[in-house]
Amino acid sequence: MNAHDRSPDPAHEEDAAPPSVRRRSFLGYVIGGATLVAAADLTLADGAVAAIPTAPQPAEAYDLNDMLTDSCRPTANLITVTVHDDGTASFALPRLEVGQGITTSTAMLIAEELELPVSKVRVTLAPARPELLFNQLTGGSNTTISTYTPIRVAAAAAKGALLEAAAIQLGDTAENLRARNGVVHAPGGSSVTYAELATRAASPVTRAVRVELKDTSEFVVIGVGQSRVDARDSVMGRKDFTTDLQVKGALPTMVCRAPTLNGTPERLRNRAEILRMPGVRNVAKVDTGIAVRADTFGQCIDAIRAMKVDWKDGPVAGLGDADIVASLRAAQAALPAPPDNPLAETIDTEVLFYFRSNSAMDTNSAIADVRKDRATIWSGLKSPITAQQRIAEALGMSQDRVKVNVVTGGGSFGRRLFFDGALEAAKISQAMGKPVKLMWHRADDARVGRGHPMATSRVRAVHANGEVLAFQQSHTSIETDFRHGLGEIITANSADLPGGLGNLGFAETVFELTQEVPYDFGVITQTLTETDDRFNTGSMRNIYSPDVRVAGELMVDRLAAAMGQDPYEFRRANLRNDRVRAVLDTVADVGDWGRSMPAGTAQGIAIHKEYKGCSACLVEVDNRPEQTGRDIRDGVGGPRVTKVVFAIDVGLVVNPRGLEAQMQGCINDGIALALTSSMHLRDGHFLEASWDNYFYTRQWNTPPDVEVVVMPSDSAQPGGAGEAGVAATFAAVACAFARAAGSVPTYFPVNHRDPLEFTPKPVVPPIPQSPTNGLKLTY
Amino acid sequence: MPRQTFVLNGKPTTVDVHDDVRVLWVLRDLLGVTGPKYGCGINVCKACTSHVNGRAFNPCSVRVGDLEKTDEITTIEGLADTVDGDLHPMQQAWLDRDVAQCGYCQPGQIMAAVALVRKVRREGRSITEADLDGIRNICRCGTYTRIREAIAQGERQM
Repeated sequence: MNAHDRSPDPAHEEDAAPPSVRRRSFLGYVIGGATLVAAADLTLADGAVAAIPTAPQPAEAYDLNDMLTDSCRPTANLITVTVHDDGTASFALPRLEVGQGITTSTAMLIAEELELPVSKVRVTLAPARPELLFNQLTGGSNTTISTYTPIRVAAAAAKGALLEAAAIQLGDTAENLRARNGVVHAPGGSSVTYAELATRAASPVTRAVRVELKDTSEFVVIGVGQSRVDARDSVMGRKDFTTDLQVKGALPTMVCRAPTLNGTPERLRNRAEILRMPGVRNVAKVDTGIAVRADTFGQCIDAIRAMKVDWKDGPVAGLGDADIVASLRAAQAALPAPPDNPLAETIDTEVLFYFRSNSAMDTNSAIADVRKDRATIWSGLKSPITAQQRIAEALGMSQDRVKVNVVTGGGSFGRRLFFDGALEAAKISQAMGKPVKLMWHRADDARVGRGHPMATSRVRAVHANGEVLAFQQSHTSIETDFRHGLGEIITANSADLPGGLGNLGFAETVFELTQEVPYDFGVITQTLTETDDRFNTGSMRNIYSPDVRVAGELMVDRLAAAMGQDPYEFRRANLRNDRVRAVLDTVADVGDWGRSMPAGTAQGIAIHKEYKGCSACLVEVDNRPEQTGRDIRDGVGGPRVTKVVFAIDVGLVVNPRGLEAQMQGCINDGIALALTSSMHLRDGHFLEASWDNYFYTRQWNTPPDVEVVVMPSDSAQPGGAGEAGVAATFAAVACAFARAAGSVPTYFPVNHRDPLEFTPKPVVPPIPQSPTNGLKLTY
Repeated sequence: MPRQTFVLNGKPTTVDVHDDVRVLWVLRDLLGVTGPKYGCGINVCKACTSHVNGRAFNPCSVRVGDLEKTDEITTIEGLADTVDGDLHPMQQAWLDRDVAQCGYCQPGQIMAAVALVRKVRREGRSITEADLDGIRNICRCGTYTRIREAIAQGERQM
């Protein structure tokens, strides 16, 4: 770069921030070493330390994100930004990218403070780092909330070191220099590039530095729509997921599983025959089934279908949906008695939510290379430290002998908080004495993979004289598994106390810290009861909120009707929060709330508040026979959501383009939960075994008209984005469907009790054979 | 072991494997061509959508022994080579609309979209809303809105 190559952009030639800008000061480190490495220290940062409270407070004062963010503070200084001698910067993000866009938003944060183009920032995924304790869990939509400041502090510390090195190089003082686009400019016109400075800026010893972060008014990268940093790899077929990795000797491996949920293998009766099959190399029994390793996955499928296995029944053998509904109802806590007021009217509702699957496109998969004294794992993991510890335990090794690499995941929706594939792959590799590339068949991923538990949500509302006096919600759920803890074994162990006691504490904490009713409804209570740990569950995108919000918002519509008020006006009048009111007004306005609609079609409107943000959704549903009568091969049509207007206020927006994408995805999830997606338990196992059984939203279900409004915000704090759109969409579709159909649904999805739209696939053999007629179906 | 020969992304390719192994595994497990993804293995998710002789097909549902020596298989890796320039217009449309989220299904989505444009052109018409509704490729991230926008752009530029 020569001395005349200066930027004409005056915004970057200011020597000092404008007087109105108030920059916050933080402590950072330049880490000793041969290259420039910088870190943040938030334990010492001005005003940044908050103690973790001993008892959960209501979500309004201290929510799940505060807890997750606070738990990351003590280790923030272990997270470092490195500047290389090719002028690029790199950062190993201790989180999992699963499509939510955090590698892109993280690159933006670094680019902003380091004054580098986003294209010159490489964000990779860090392997399991036990020293990070709580700071390596991807969940609760918390990544940006918890890393927003530490990552920028580290980048600013790196920029400071570059400026100091440049000052020597250019014969000026650091204060006089300006960095832009990876080049440091002196007032006289001379300049030096980051590539030239990277080695010179390295410090032989670690030293503390004070840095100032940019004020939000100075941002040029944050807040400007950015396409994903991995977009080109995605469209070229070059983005690698776990099963795309080539690890020497790690041959395709699959597992033959039991005909009942969580059944266990006793004996493979035809082992010799299986080992003689084409391509088959190894067979081994593990606690979850019979594993086979072969030259191709196709030959694994052939082998599994030929296996004759004696099984021990799983814990729900013989049971079906109705049995679980009955035990769920038996576990319900009594609702508080309505107030003794002769003028008051009480409305009671109960909504039932069936099991749903968080199966991602990329099934549970992992590569494991387990040797006598060490092991290496590759997998998409949101809690890699817990995975490392559990795997070490299972293999009988110390934790430091197990290297756990984190690989970008093809979706998660909560699924990858657990490490079922990685643990199973490690056991198989140890049993076979060979490296394995384990991939769950779709049928297993659907039936045995984790999902959202069945739940009921009851609401009792009391009103008199046009006022709501009480709003009491009691949520009862099959246990939601939080045994991944906060990504680290101490908390994971406390979640695993006998009798489910430990997990209940976690579940209640998560519930307490996420749920709130943002209306002025007098006495408000929301409680959670959980029961039954026999199912494979976990957090599914937005955890409790979609169900809780649906039951709540259906009740809000009933209250509005009971008082003869318009559903939008009633919500508006009763909201206690201006930000929620603003998003509600936005969707009502943009979506033309109250417009005249033909019979059999209707609008619905709903709100939600979580992850430091708030959202509102307006939908239009067409429930007329021409929609519901659509005959779709290997799928369901049903009522069509024809239009969605969604408004989201997450506070400070890092990447509006990514936020819009997340809301579009959440909208399709909400529609699926309302109308089409569920698992049927029958005779001890789930029926749904693939995408022609489990009806996630498809092109024939998705709304042709979708508008997402990202609200402007003067907040200096970002909120969570990855899950924030599910609850309001689900609730708005539920409300619209109730209006279009003329009756309020008592269970979701609304098609769950319709005659099955598919012929269930057998459970023996547990996986279907691939068809052979593909050349007849070309187009 | 039978010897299988076909044309893969413009190059004659030979591989030793039994006739009944599906093309998806031959591509992914034996040839290391991993653009076509596994999502179901029964031709319902369409994540492996590729082209045979210019038309969309799903390699999970074709026995490698059923391919002719002259059959031209194009996977996402070979799509750009079918046009001038670095990217096929449909890939460019995908970038312009920033369609991908996790990206797992997107190679199949793009290959399906290209085949759909070719199909409607053979029929002398352009893509309708009903055509878009009829696309069977699942996207679990729910990127359908941007897929529809990108196909409209890709169709214009193809």
